[in-house]
Amino acid sequence: MIGKLDETLRFNELALSLRAQRQQLLASNIANADTPNYKARDVDFSKALQGVVARKGAPAQGELVKTAAAHLSAQGQPTIGGMTPQYRTTIQGSVDGNTVDMDVERNQYADNAVRYEAGLTMISHQIKNLLTAIQGQ
Amino acid sequence: MSLFNIFNVAGSAMSAQSQRLNVVSSNIANADSATSADGKTYRAKQVVFAAVPTSNAAAAGVKVQQVVEDASPLKKVYDPKHPQADENGYVSMPNVNVVEEMVNMISASRSYQSNVETMNTAKNMLLKTLTLGQ
Repeated sequence: MIGKLDETLRFNELALSLRAQRQQLLASNIANADTPNYKARDVDFSKALQGVVARKGAPAQGELVKTAAAHLSAQGQPTIGGMTPQYRTTIQGSVDGNTVDMDVERNQYADNAVRYEAGLTMISHQIKNLLTAIQGQ
Repeated sequence: MSLFNIFNVAGSAMSAQSQRLNVVSSNIANADSATSADGKTYRAKQVVFAAVPTSNAAAAGVKVQQVVEDASPLKKVYDPKHPQADENGYVSMPNVNVVEEMVNMISASRSYQSNVETMNTAKNMLLKTLTLGQ
C-alpha cells in the first residue's frame, strides 16, 4: 500500500526536487551578476526530468551520492538530476567576461518559481484525492 | 533541502554588494581628502568579487576577494597655500571619479535589490511547501 502511495506521488516529487535544484542554480547566476569571469549556467529541465523519471529517481550512472553530511563533495562537474549544467550562450558579452544576462535570469527564476508552485498544487490535489478515497466521504 | 541554500547564495551576494556600497561611500566621502591616516593622499578603492562554491556544488555564492586601490594618477591641483603643497605649489588630490562612483553605487544597490527579491521568492516557495497536504 505504501509502495503504491509512493508510486503515485513520485513523478511530482521528482519534478519538484529538480525545480528546487534549478532554482538554486538560477539564484547563483543572479548572485554572481557582477563577478568577473563568472559564466551563467542552466540545465535543460525537460531532459533532466525525463532522465530522472526513466531511472525512477535512482542516481545516474557515475553520479556520486552523498548519504551523510560528512561525505566529501564529488570532484568534477556537479550534476542536477544526472545532467551537467550547461553554460548559457550570450547575446551581449561584457568586458569582464561575465555572461549573466539579468533579464534572462530573472525571467527564468520567476518562471521556475511559478512552475514549482504549480507542482505543489498538483501534489496537494493528489493528496486530497487520496484522502477522499480513504475516507470514502 | 536545496531551497534553503538559496538563502546562503543570495545572502552572500547581499553582503558582498553592501561591502561594495560601503567602499563607494568611503570613496565619495573622501573625494577631497588630501591626506589620510598614513599621511598619503587617499586613493579610490574598488572591491573584487569572486564566486565561492557552496555546500551544493552546483550553486555558487559571492565573496569580496580583495579591496584594491585604484592605480590611476592622482589629480594635481594648484594651491600654494595648502599645507600639503609641494615646492611648485601643487597638491595631490584623490583620484576619485565621483560620477563613476555614483554609477557604481546605483549598480550595487540594484544588484542588492535583485538578491532581496531572489530571497523573497525562495521564502515564499518554502512557505508554500510547508502548507502541502493541508
